[in-house]
Amino acid sequence: MVTDNLVDRPQQLPAPTPAPVDRSSKLEKLAKPLLIGFVILYLTLVLFIPALNVFVQAFSGGISGFLNTFHERTFLNALRLTLLMAVISVPLNTVFGLCAAWAIARNKKFPGRTLLISIIDLPFSVSPVVAGLMIVLLYGRNGWFGPLLEANNIKIIFAVPGMVLATIFVSLPFVAREVLPVLEEIGTEQEEAAKTLGANGWQTFWRVTLPSIRWGLLYGVLLTNARAMGEFGAIAVVSGNITGKTQTLPLFVEEAYKQYQTQSAYTAAVLLACLAIVTMVAKAILEQKTGTKNQAGH
Amino acid sequence: MTTTLPTQSERKKFSPPSIPWVVTFVYLIAMLLVPTIALILKAATLSPQRIWEIATSPVALSAYDVTFVTALFAGSINGLAGLIIAWVLVRYDFPFKRILDSLLDLPFALPTAVAGLTLATVYSENGWIGSLFAPFGIKIAFTRLGVFVAMLFISLPFVVRTVQPVLQESEREIEEAAWALGASQWQTFWRVVLPPIMPAVLTGVALGFARAVGEYGSVVIVASNLPFKDLIAPVLIFQRLEEYDYAGATVIGTVMLLISLLMLLAINLLQAWGRRYGN
Repeated sequence: MVTDNLVDRPQQLPAPTPAPVDRSSKLEKLAKPLLIGFVILYLTLVLFIPALNVFVQAFSGGISGFLNTFHERTFLNALRLTLLMAVISVPLNTVFGLCAAWAIARNKKFPGRTLLISIIDLPFSVSPVVAGLMIVLLYGRNGWFGPLLEANNIKIIFAVPGMVLATIFVSLPFVAREVLPVLEEIGTEQEEAAKTLGANGWQTFWRVTLPSIRWGLLYGVLLTNARAMGEFGAIAVVSGNITGKTQTLPLFVEEAYKQYQTQSAYTAAVLLACLAIVTMVAKAILEQKTGTKNQAGH
Repeated sequence: MTTTLPTQSERKKFSPPSIPWVVTFVYLIAMLLVPTIALILKAATLSPQRIWEIATSPVALSAYDVTFVTALFAGSINGLAGLIIAWVLVRYDFPFKRILDSLLDLPFALPTAVAGLTLATVYSENGWIGSLFAPFGIKIAFTRLGVFVAMLFISLPFVVRTVQPVLQESEREIEEAAWALGASQWQTFWRVVLPPIMPAVLTGVALGFARAVGEYGSVVIVASNLPFKDLIAPVLIFQRLEEYDYAGATVIGTVMLLISLLMLLAINLLQAWGRRYGN
């Protein structure tokens, strides 16, 4: 079994070693099928059946049942609002992510570098509900800016601006986190060469830096987008979940499920699941692209 | 500037225009820091006794218990399962391996409301999986077990994704040397393979635990959200806000924030430990 295992992947072995003394027990022979079997069983229970169920339930009433949901006004409003969240927060977080990644990657040593990275990571570890709470405490009626906003008749909480702020908070780190390692890996030689040849900062970024970070950037944007469209907790806190007004698709899913409108809930869920599939497929493709690129580089 | 080559010292001074710095700081302060400070200062306006009273009220204590203990279980189970999944993906070849590998990212990409919805259906008494357990009197959805399953789902990929690259880089020669020196396969695993990947496993567990502790969307749908039964702390914050009990929401929110910060610190330390192994 031991040698068998090694023969499977000859490329990882520089030279075939003489077969070790036969110590393989029955347990070792069983290890591979047992472990693979466990993995498949575990993933089937936790991941695959739940994922499959989304599609089965959505189309259990046939295509017409699925399409009927598209005539619901609240559903269409939720869809529109979900897209709006992404349209506003993704570009903002992308610009920020690029700036932050560049500032951090191009300055290897400044006081608080690790702290800055940790602060950017904060939304990953803070509960989305706590993020929403922060925004309520800041812009809500009793919040810091509450009186000022009320005097000027600006509504942020229970309205779209607050939802955008919450979305930005929870999806903030992705671009910075995906671009930073790529920037660190490509180094500064090419940028310096461009500068030497007379390119200004903007030209250097646009013609030299951006092309070499494009895959990492694209993946970061996709993750930001997936989170922005799929966010639930933070938006639930700040939006007040006013049907048809401040309800995004994830909120619509919960509401429809609670009202026993299973078909509507699963129609919306399928749209969100498709978003997840697009994100995962894009990741697989991008990984292949960057993977081959890395191999060529070595 | 364009005609002369920069000298060594000039090249050392090469620095990006300050715009990225300005954008980074202004954005971070406006979007992250001011809200975070607002929460902490709001909590600080309450008297210490009042804070203690709210933070340790029976409902809150039971919510911490459900949240942290269940998340710890989910994180640990995924620590073990994730290690096995990573091992299988790196060391073995089998059909559809690449698809399986890609699908592991599903919990990262799937909106939590969808996860909650489908888990509530599948693990309910007459759902595909729930109906298998129902004859034994085991209810999963709308109980604490449902919370556990939701946390298991959302924290699944972390350990796999932290361990996979480390396992890929680990050198097979060392294992062969261990065998050649007479170690059993179990000893080889325990003494040779495991120590270098341990920081990655723990980092993954910590990341998964942090994620599970903060989770709201999937749990709120799959649980019944009854106090002292399966109410988690994030849902408690949400309920307090709905009742306009800002003090209650703020205090429990601050407790959760502080624990997140501690987790962030722990994860950073674990990663630093891992890097030391990496060299």
